[in-house]
Amino acid sequence: MARRRIARRRGGGYRLRLTPPERELLAALPGQLIELLGTDDPSLRRLAPPAYGEDQRASADYAEMVHGDLLEGRREALSTLARTAAAETLTEDELGSWLTATNDLRLVLGTRLGVTEDTQGLMPSHDDPQASEWIAYNYLSWLQEEVVAALSDAL
Amino acid sequence: MPVSRTIEAPAETETPEGVEEHQHDPPWVVLVWNDPINLMSYVALIFRRLFGYSEAKANQLMLQVHEEGKAVVASGSREKCEFDVARLHAHGLWATLRQD
Repeated sequence: MARRRIARRRGGGYRLRLTPPERELLAALPGQLIELLGTDDPSLRRLAPPAYGEDQRASADYAEMVHGDLLEGRREALSTLARTAAAETLTEDELGSWLTATNDLRLVLGTRLGVTEDTQGLMPSHDDPQASEWIAYNYLSWLQEEVVAALSDAL
Repeated sequence: MPVSRTIEAPAETETPEGVEEHQHDPPWVVLVWNDPINLMSYVALIFRRLFGYSEAKANQLMLQVHEEGKAVVASGSREKCEFDVARLHAHGLWATLRQD
């Protein structure tokens, strides 16, 4: 089994074994999504599903009640990811922010890329205009498995 | 209603199966729907963190979502279910509530 890249430390917290290019990506991506949050960009739709399904009125009431708090929570987690991207160790709370922030990034990138059950893990060709987004999406998917494994150890 | 992304709920004692067994339970349920982006391991972890479910219970619900398209993951009063849906949305899961 490959060595864990995010490992729980005996004294508490988590040690990150990530390369400089990975850390650069993790420092850069959150700001791009923070800029997009709060706009009506269609790639954000998976972040705020209608709570009452077909019942548009009840869904709108729910949205009015909670969407401000949800947005604030997303900004905080994304900011934490960008701020701690170069860190050697993370606290439990910081890694929790990594968990949700990487998922938000995956949801928005995956929506933009039109990901389906069949395109998971697909490698883009060099002339694909969305090649860099595919690389970021696939990297975040791999990283998220590492975050999930580390946090599962603590439960 | 403040929604926290990091503070976890106390362990849940009521199981979704209990909905059918106890007719006096409040008639609202929380559903999670399958989507092609959320990773299976992530979905199971979120069920454990938010609802305090065991690993086995969380995996069973996650597989039900994946294979059947949806699963009831919690139940209770409308207010409690709205709160649960908000926590699931904060974690990027596709959740809805409805009266059962």
